[in-house]
Amino acid sequence: MEYQAKELFAKHDVPVTLGVVAETPEEAAAGASSLGGAVVVKAQVKAGGRGKAGGVKLAKDSDEARQHAEAILGMQIKGLTVNRVLIAPAATIEEEYYFSFLLDRSNRTYLCIASIAGGVEIEEVAKTDPDAVKQIPIDAGTGVDEAKAREIVDTAGFPAVLTDQAVDLVQKLWNVFVQEDATLVEVNPLARLEGDVLEALDGKVSLDDNAEFRHEDHLTYEDKAAADPLEAKAKAKGLNYVKLDGEVGIIGNGAGLVMSTLDVVAYAGERYSGVKPANFLDIGGGASAQVMADGLDVILGDEQVRSVFVNVFGGITSCDAVASGIVGALELLGDEASKPLVVRLDGNNVEEGRRILSEANHPLVTLAETMDGAADRAAELAVK
Amino acid sequence: MAIFLDAQSKVIVQGITGGEGSKHTALMLRAGTDVVGGVNARKAGTTVTHGEVELPVFGTVAEAIDKTGANVSVVFVPPAFTKDAVVEAIDAGIGLLVIITEGVPVQDTAEFWAYAQAAGNKTRIIGPNCPGIITPGVALAGITPANITGPGPVGLVSKSGTLTYQMMFELRDFGFSTAIGIGGDPIVGTTHIDALAAFEADPDTLAIVMIGEIGGDAEERAAEYISASVTKPVVGYVAGFTAPEGKTMGHAGAIVSGSSGTAQAKQEALEAAGVKVGKTPSATAELVREILKTLT
Repeated sequence: MEYQAKELFAKHDVPVTLGVVAETPEEAAAGASSLGGAVVVKAQVKAGGRGKAGGVKLAKDSDEARQHAEAILGMQIKGLTVNRVLIAPAATIEEEYYFSFLLDRSNRTYLCIASIAGGVEIEEVAKTDPDAVKQIPIDAGTGVDEAKAREIVDTAGFPAVLTDQAVDLVQKLWNVFVQEDATLVEVNPLARLEGDVLEALDGKVSLDDNAEFRHEDHLTYEDKAAADPLEAKAKAKGLNYVKLDGEVGIIGNGAGLVMSTLDVVAYAGERYSGVKPANFLDIGGGASAQVMADGLDVILGDEQVRSVFVNVFGGITSCDAVASGIVGALELLGDEASKPLVVRLDGNNVEEGRRILSEANHPLVTLAETMDGAADRAAELAVK
Repeated sequence: MAIFLDAQSKVIVQGITGGEGSKHTALMLRAGTDVVGGVNARKAGTTVTHGEVELPVFGTVAEAIDKTGANVSVVFVPPAFTKDAVVEAIDAGIGLLVIITEGVPVQDTAEFWAYAQAAGNKTRIIGPNCPGIITPGVALAGITPANITGPGPVGLVSKSGTLTYQMMFELRDFGFSTAIGIGGDPIVGTTHIDALAAFEADPDTLAIVMIGEIGGDAEERAAEYISASVTKPVVGYVAGFTAPEGKTMGHAGAIVSGSSGTAQAKQEALEAAGVKVGKTPSATAELVREILKTLT
């Protein structure tokens, strides 16, 4: 969110005004008083287009800041509830620019995108005047030193009076990008204020989850309040789970196979009053009884779920271990396991896996021979 | 023949003494791979034993190459140490480097990729976060189960591990020249296009299966390449039609933002390039089967 991005900017000495974060109208009013003068009340959600949604309002004093905060707090922007507002001093903006560093997947390196032709309307500029949006490739091996920063600033065409400030700011933003392990650092708008001062007025930073091991402080940026309760529960158990809107719970191993399973279930669902997959859940390689039980527990906690499809290809994991995991999970869950399970196993040691499930003969479990057949059965059970 | 990995491949394992490294060294040996040793600086001079095979552990990749003539390394070291391990292997001049490790920070990958380019691009990197590469009946450098199927006329390239296994299983009656899992991270060393080019040049590969998933534009770029440069039949499969926008589904790469990178966009790009695209893994296998019947 904006205020978090600004905290990261401030940490690396990028010129920014932090303002005050408020969760109630009273806090907003107090924040406005402490800043003095006119302020901007800005909804804090992880989504763009906040201004257009009515989530950014100018207030001339603390009373007005309170009123705006009252209206904005609790508002929905792109499906996200606003729980916080940022109170920032109103600035007199002379010009707006756009600046970002990001990962360039296609070229396997980094890219800088800069434009002096407009900040917040950058997407429109990119369409109508693409030449005004400069793309400067960055060598991941050499990065951005002063000379590279100067090249960026010259290419973007910043006004001469701002070049030294811009060169310094670009290097500091680069520090945010590499030292925080970001995949995106965006300043939009980068504003030219009264007196030819550059400041990051709004920003966005995307951090690489894989790099969390060297950034313990990044954990505090997670928005726990906004997360779906089932997703939060799954995360606490170390499961890779995404809640969707549907009736067939899905458990599988490997992200690609699970995504494929969602598709196959959705196609099967077209034959059964349009039932859909209820979630994405990848239990990874080692499908132990505990992991299987945790996964089932999360999925059965989803009130929309009416049947569950367990789709495992035993590659490294052998199917007998997965089968024992399922049997063990059902024992662990006891009466809480109340919805039918369709299980499809293939691969390593599949005969033994199927034997274990057949012998357990659990009333809720149906064994299926193929992925397509299992999807069909799971969809059918979801409408019964 | 095969691509990237063949009977001349001599394999070392970086991280051979760790849990995953040890387990998969045994499986690679069982698949017929000529594993010649491993690397762990702290255990240099010791050996590891798998069945009848005793493998030396070296202090560095350079020493391992010098003593064994290794030309392939498989990396199992933890994410925090992967970049150093990769740079070491590039410095030592290894020909093929397969990085299995999951969870490598993407900036580390960007850096070692840039390093490999600056060093003259002599090391082919596969991965990270991938199942590796298998030439059935000959060699395995990675974690793909070797017992799914044997050698045959199909070449397979995929982002996903378990979908690779699923597709090998679906087409187990035909078998594979080589199956390569390139990994689902935002930046990977070997791309769909690299694999397509190699399969096109491989006389043992008669048909190619390309498996993609949502995120990025690798499949769209591959479609352009196929249209311009691939004469062999290619069948495609894309996972993630029902994935919602903006949600990450396990692979960091599988993020859909806007319309670019959606499964629909990828399917359309592939079909425009003349690639038949299956709706499900089994339907994809059926398309391959029909093509092979006309060829053999």
